[in-house]
Amino acid sequence: MRLKKEINAIITIGSRDFIKFIRDRFRILATFIFPMIFIGILGGSLQSNLGKSVGFNFLTFVFIGSIGQTLFQSTASGIISLVRDREEDFAQEMFVAPVSRFSIVLGKIFGESMVALAQVVGIILFGLIIQVPIDWGHMARLIPFMIIPCLLGGAFGVLVLANLGSQVSVQQIFPFIIFPQFFLSGVFAPIKDLPPVLLVLSRIAPMTYSVDFIRSIYYYGTPEYSKIVLFNPATGLLIISVIFTVFLSLGTFLFVRNERER
Amino acid sequence: MAKVIEVKNLKKRYKKADKNAVDGISFSISEGEFFSFLGPNGAGKTTTISILTTTLAKTSGEVKIGGFDMDREPNKVRGHIGVIFQNPSLDLNLTAEENIRFHAVLYGLYTFRPAFSMMPDSYKKRVYELAEILTIEKDLFRPIKTFSGGMKRKLEIVRSLIHKPKVLFLDEPTSGLDPISRKSLWDYLQQVRKEQNTTIFLTTHYLDEAEGTDHVAIVNNGKIISYGTPEKIKQTLVENYLLIDSPDRNKLKKELQEKKIKFLENGQIKVPLTKFKAQEVIKKIDTELSVMQIHAPTLEEAYVEIIANSMEKDKS
Repeated sequence: MRLKKEINAIITIGSRDFIKFIRDRFRILATFIFPMIFIGILGGSLQSNLGKSVGFNFLTFVFIGSIGQTLFQSTASGIISLVRDREEDFAQEMFVAPVSRFSIVLGKIFGESMVALAQVVGIILFGLIIQVPIDWGHMARLIPFMIIPCLLGGAFGVLVLANLGSQVSVQQIFPFIIFPQFFLSGVFAPIKDLPPVLLVLSRIAPMTYSVDFIRSIYYYGTPEYSKIVLFNPATGLLIISVIFTVFLSLGTFLFVRNERER
Repeated sequence: MAKVIEVKNLKKRYKKADKNAVDGISFSISEGEFFSFLGPNGAGKTTTISILTTTLAKTSGEVKIGGFDMDREPNKVRGHIGVIFQNPSLDLNLTAEENIRFHAVLYGLYTFRPAFSMMPDSYKKRVYELAEILTIEKDLFRPIKTFSGGMKRKLEIVRSLIHKPKVLFLDEPTSGLDPISRKSLWDYLQQVRKEQNTTIFLTTHYLDEAEGTDHVAIVNNGKIISYGTPEKIKQTLVENYLLIDSPDRNKLKKELQEKKIKFLENGQIKVPLTKFKAQEVIKKIDTELSVMQIHAPTLEEAYVEIIANSMEKDKS
């Protein structure tokens, strides 16, 4: 009975996020603009200039990487925005509702994951329009695994959220925690070989594992696999599971505690 | 009457603060009571309301709401209260019905369904009833962006009552509303109170709204400095006086002096109503009057004086 009530709350909180997203035209437009810049312009120009020397199609490389990055980042940023939200709109309601604080966190992860998946549908449509060379069979087998980077991003978001005081605004902190990961995670550049400092940093950035995991599934069994992928899918999944568990439990614990003990 | 809120020696010190934001306050509220909690900005009102609505942990003290202990059964407490926040808590991109539905589901009244048409009939009936009260039948399925400020507030109140809370917390519910919206909101709240016997805990800056409440607590610097019915609080002021004037003021003053009626001259003639009643003063005066007005203190005047006194005490 209790459990049923909490599950009900998780679905409600998640659905609200998703409905809000599909009603917000500006946000939907924004989800098209970013892949347009990164895949269309950056990926396109790198492919024309460097494509031949790397030994694989650069546009496809960036395109698949962007999917991993979007799933992670969109979920993470959605969760972090709870800091801003709790001062306004319906989020205030969630905190006085008779539901467990854990359900609020899980509901947010669920909802923001659905938003991230919807954004990826947008990216794939865009890839179709600009005719990125895609193996659709490989793309299809990617679908059931797309939730994995979302969950990782969600757990990362909760950990960041838990450590943000209300005085620090999301806009201030965001560039520091997301943008470096953008480049360290190898969305736009191969990171198999890196100078020592960058190598360490890139392996610390959680987004790296999202991007690499998605690529490992997509490229599995292709000749490019060994040139592109860092960890095989099973190893990737194991690493992600460990990070996810640590981030989510620690993050939720801190979040619930900090939320009340100000 | 049964106590629905009991607060004993409640204290809150924020992290890194060197003094208590709430400094040992105690009060209790009976079921069905209309209670107002007043005080200047920074007095500890919002801190208190945040603790009572379970979003902020207290430092020490005891709080019981609806018989449930705040520490041991926070979810039971949450299930028995409704909260109207200072900032609007509606989702503007959602329709009025969705705002109500999400609330009802979070409070465990119904199982979530992604569309109104899939919800049970009892829910639909309830929503149509509420829409009728709000006269938003036509706009029920439209995003509430287009609603007026007063309309949104009313919708929030309707929404917060759907789980039949024992206590409704209203944190400055009418700030930013025009006088007509304010009036209509209060009429509605009074009606709800009568019908459902809901206890109301109000914080407000409009003292006239607190005038009609059962009890008033005035806080400053985290302490309750005055408590009682509005009448009792007003009695702490001796500001009952008769204001009179005459075309021939000197003649009036002379007459008052002869008849040993004390007065103050301050623009007009002020006769404090301590020794005599207004009626008695008027009977004694033969001089022609041009102004005649009985002045009784308002809660606002009492409030201003009480706060000013408390500030002076703090200084010394």
